[in-house]
Amino acid sequence: MPTLTATELQIIALSLRVALVSMLCSLPLAIVVAYALARLDFPGKTLVDAIVHLPLVLPPVVVGFALLVLLGRHGPIGSILEQWFGIVFAFRWTGAALASAIMGFPLMIRAIRLSIAAIDRRLEVAARTLGGSPPWVFVSVTLPLALPGIITGSLLSFARGLGEFGATITFVSNIPGETQTLPLAIYSFTQVPGGDVPALRLSIIAVILSIVALVASEWLTRRFATVHVDDRR
Amino acid sequence: MIDVDVEQRFGAFELAVRFAVDAPIVGLFGASGAGKTSVVNAIAGIAKPARGAIVINGTRLFDSAQRIDVPPERRRIGYVFQDALLFPHLDVQSNLLYGQRLCPAADRFIESARIIALLGLHALLERRPATLSGGERQRVAIGRALLAQPRILLMDEPLAALDVPRKREILTYIERLRDELHIPIVYVSHSIEEITRIADTIVVVANGRCTSVGDAQTVANALDASSTDDHYDPVSVIDTRIVAQDMRYRLTTLAFDGGELVVPAVDALPRDRVRARIRARDVSLAIGRPTGISILNVLPGVVTKIRVTGGPAVDVSVAVGNATLTARITQRSFEELGIHDDMYVHALVKAVSLEQQNFA
Repeated sequence: MPTLTATELQIIALSLRVALVSMLCSLPLAIVVAYALARLDFPGKTLVDAIVHLPLVLPPVVVGFALLVLLGRHGPIGSILEQWFGIVFAFRWTGAALASAIMGFPLMIRAIRLSIAAIDRRLEVAARTLGGSPPWVFVSVTLPLALPGIITGSLLSFARGLGEFGATITFVSNIPGETQTLPLAIYSFTQVPGGDVPALRLSIIAVILSIVALVASEWLTRRFATVHVDDRR
Repeated sequence: MIDVDVEQRFGAFELAVRFAVDAPIVGLFGASGAGKTSVVNAIAGIAKPARGAIVINGTRLFDSAQRIDVPPERRRIGYVFQDALLFPHLDVQSNLLYGQRLCPAADRFIESARIIALLGLHALLERRPATLSGGERQRVAIGRALLAQPRILLMDEPLAALDVPRKREILTYIERLRDELHIPIVYVSHSIEEITRIADTIVVVANGRCTSVGDAQTVANALDASSTDDHYDPVSVIDTRIVAQDMRYRLTTLAFDGGELVVPAVDALPRDRVRARIRARDVSLAIGRPTGISILNVLPGVVTKIRVTGGPAVDVSVAVGNATLTARITQRSFEELGIHDDMYVHALVKAVSLEQQNFA
């Protein structure tokens, strides 16, 4: 079995970290937004829906450029974050995670929103009559029933994070050890003479990682999420 | 004591129902779309009436004038839905305990072990709702509602999705609950069969109005097609007492103040109260006292009401003592016999036309 080089291990670790952090950090917000879009009626709903889905239709480079303008160290939001909270996204791995999160957000939202919309709301009404307060009903009935969508959405976001290229390279550049994730590293190797073999090795690793993620999500769905069987006869 | 006064508009439909009843089982009866479900939803707090007040056992749960609107989770009103609505992600045990876990220990008065025994749920505890039959689901739903320690139990057409044998089975369980737990039940149905079997007091709802309230015998006998579905099949309800059991012929004699009824053996002790429900189509009429016939029940009485159905049949109500027996006869017989109000007739009931489920 061919062993991985230290550089490859570093690239894999960084990619996993970026994908995982972006997925975990966007999940709570995605659940809230998906719930609001599936269930609530509020002014500006169409606008929120459009903004959330924008990364799906925009060229990733445009998203990355927008992030650079807004969240760069001299950008309107970036400068405030740095001065007040000491948070810097530009040219850091956290910036790569942020770019991945934004690119994966619409995929996550869609899956969760669909599964929330499929829940029979009368189940929540039944839970209220049994003494469940609205927050508890959300935790004990709505969330578990939406679990298949939450798992699917998380996987899609994670996979998007592993593969994200355009927004990442535009926003945080291609810095080995800091922002150089798998796709960025593969791209770099294809740009230098004799880089074909390392690029191929990294590509195979990317394929293996994707398959593992897919199998893991399949297993999670079987293990934790009951298929939402209709309770009527 | 259940004191309800609710008003609500749904487009062109106007609901204005008001009644106050106190009985172990209250039957809320009416045709589909009459407003029954809106009334129980208001009691449970899952629909808010535009105006009115709801007081259950002295606790004011809703009052538009006093701006009281207790949220459903704090009303402690058990609700059994037509299609059970069990939580598909939980097994039967967790479904049963969902409400109990949310109820403070000091307020608990029904134990889970007792409910599991009473409703025969022991073998189902580890199953998922998706694997249960319709009757099993409904039993679990009843248990789940009861373990939330409710003040009263609302049952909205709990048998509508079940076949006839399951219906009978669940009705038997509900009667068991009434006899053992002493939690008032509001039972909603469009079926006069179910209502007269199970309810002590009947509230009739028609077109968003409460048209009559009273004990089962009186209300059932006063019902006519205007307050019910088109295919309404009249039923006479007679409260009786067992006076004799005939072991040899396996017959039971029931007494009421208009006479006696001989029926196939009823499984109960002498002096037990039995409510007999007799379908109008099982009753015939004769002018003189017939002789040389096989019919065991010949009850003399006076015609009190004649209702022409428009079809080939005529419903003739006969006062037998204080009870009323309705007979459905053909228009032709009606004319040939010359039946008219205050006429003295004999009502004939074939004993074998009555089955076990006619008695409760």
